[in-house]
Amino acid sequence: MSEEIKKEAPKKFTVTIDNIAIEVAPGTTILQAARMIGGDVVPPTMCYYTPLKESGGKCRTCLVEVSKGSEKDPRPMPKLVASCRTTVMDGMEVKNITSERTLHARQGVVEFLLINHPLDCPVCDQAGECDLQDLSFGHGEGGSRLDFPKRTFTKHNIGPYIQLHMTRCIMCYRCVFAADQLTKEREHGVLDRGYHSEIATHIEKALTNDFIGNVIDVCPVGALTDKTFRFKNRVWFTRPEDAHRDCDKCCGKVTLWKRGDDVLRVTARKDQWGEVQTYEDGTVGWICNECRFEKKNTNDWVIEGPTNVSRHSIKSVNHYINMLKPKETIPDVMGRNPKLLMDIHDVSEVNDPSIKLSKINGPATSKTFNKLIENKE
Amino acid sequence: MSQIQFTNRAKAVDRSPLNFIERLYIWNILIGMFITIKHFFKKKATIKYPEQKREVGTAYRGLHILNRDEEGRERCTACGLCAVACPAEAISMEAAERLPDEEHLYREEKYAAKYEINMLRCIFCGLCEEACPKDAIYLSHTFTPTNYHRKGMIYNKEDLLIPNPTTQPEAFAKAKGLIDDKKKK
Repeated sequence: MSEEIKKEAPKKFTVTIDNIAIEVAPGTTILQAARMIGGDVVPPTMCYYTPLKESGGKCRTCLVEVSKGSEKDPRPMPKLVASCRTTVMDGMEVKNITSERTLHARQGVVEFLLINHPLDCPVCDQAGECDLQDLSFGHGEGGSRLDFPKRTFTKHNIGPYIQLHMTRCIMCYRCVFAADQLTKEREHGVLDRGYHSEIATHIEKALTNDFIGNVIDVCPVGALTDKTFRFKNRVWFTRPEDAHRDCDKCCGKVTLWKRGDDVLRVTARKDQWGEVQTYEDGTVGWICNECRFEKKNTNDWVIEGPTNVSRHSIKSVNHYINMLKPKETIPDVMGRNPKLLMDIHDVSEVNDPSIKLSKINGPATSKTFNKLIENKE
Repeated sequence: MSQIQFTNRAKAVDRSPLNFIERLYIWNILIGMFITIKHFFKKKATIKYPEQKREVGTAYRGLHILNRDEEGRERCTACGLCAVACPAEAISMEAAERLPDEEHLYREEKYAAKYEINMLRCIFCGLCEEACPKDAIYLSHTFTPTNYHRKGMIYNKEDLLIPNPTTQPEAFAKAKGLIDDKKKK
């Protein structure tokens, strides 16, 4: 019988999102249909991640109003639905930014997500590419109504590669799915329940499985960050460049985040939704631990060119495409290059060439800088 | 005349021949001396700068200071917002992680190990002060001292930090007194 229904079902469903109609294949979620349209109608997501199976349905930021269920059953859905887990029906009408209910609900969701978030963006390495920052800027209210102290956790060390900041976590489970689906054994998970739930390894294990570094890329907030990049620089002062290398474990296609010639950070390439890119042949661009943490030399990589960053992003600040530098006329007039009377490194202590931040595995500390002073003396 | 007049103060030059008094010149000299001597009894337009200082408005933007909290810990966390806001690109910094025995020195887990403002570049626009989320940088009412060398115009963290209220209470009280005096006025 089910086969008969399948035969009768049309090959394409027409769905209308914010009065924009699009034809999609059956089984597509509302979110994916909205992403096909693109622009403002795309609901924001915090927990849903296309390359990770079973992700989504937890954070409730992608709630939308379904004002007409389908052509055959035109009743509206009584509650707002999570667009990442709801598949489209033929003739469905969805309201996202045109629905006040949705916008109001989303504002509430943001307030709840921020209830225990420490808002330590000035310290956090994710600032500038944080989904929660974008979400609260775009949909949140100015202040919080919480009068109680925020939830805190005892700090856990989860190994030499990854830094865990449990207070920033929003319990999206992305890292759990990533570890399940990418690594050979998952060593971390969610302990306890409800208000007390936290991401942890069971009794102080180190996350060192190959491909575990991808949890850094999937984390929408700054809960899991790269320890080899920790406090090295702000993302908007680094220059992203697409690069690749021959890697027998992964695709080897990455984005290098450089400062001068120093490779400060290596990440997988992200698409316009902030997710790891899926290439034309269907492979997802996850990268292995070796590419991410060990290859911090420019010679390790074949550089393809600057990464295309949306000009609305803070990361595009001071990165210009097709910039023409004015021609230096002094050598033409003088017949030689001018003698430079002052080297900036003689007077400035910042960006000292003898300190290679990319060569330090963890964050720089006072020892890093004091050692330099001792050497100079 | 095709010249455009912006004021009505222009006067035609009087080219009539000089009379007897005018030809003596002494009369015109007396008029001139009277104008000069009149200024001896007027309020002076200048002040004796290093000893006396001119009143500046409350919104005056002078030399930068890096703030400490009430326990004397540095407030700056090297978030880089002042540097990204700076239109002259005068601010540069390097961050470091606080070690467990440095908790009395730095307020947050991350701090600015190096912080430099290139005063040759700074245009005193105050955007760094506006951008700072941690109450760490302020533009004070002090004029920036001049210097004979470029080297002396690059201010590092030690030059900019306010005195520590726990280790240098006298210097802190003096600096705070200056601020309180200003607030009273």
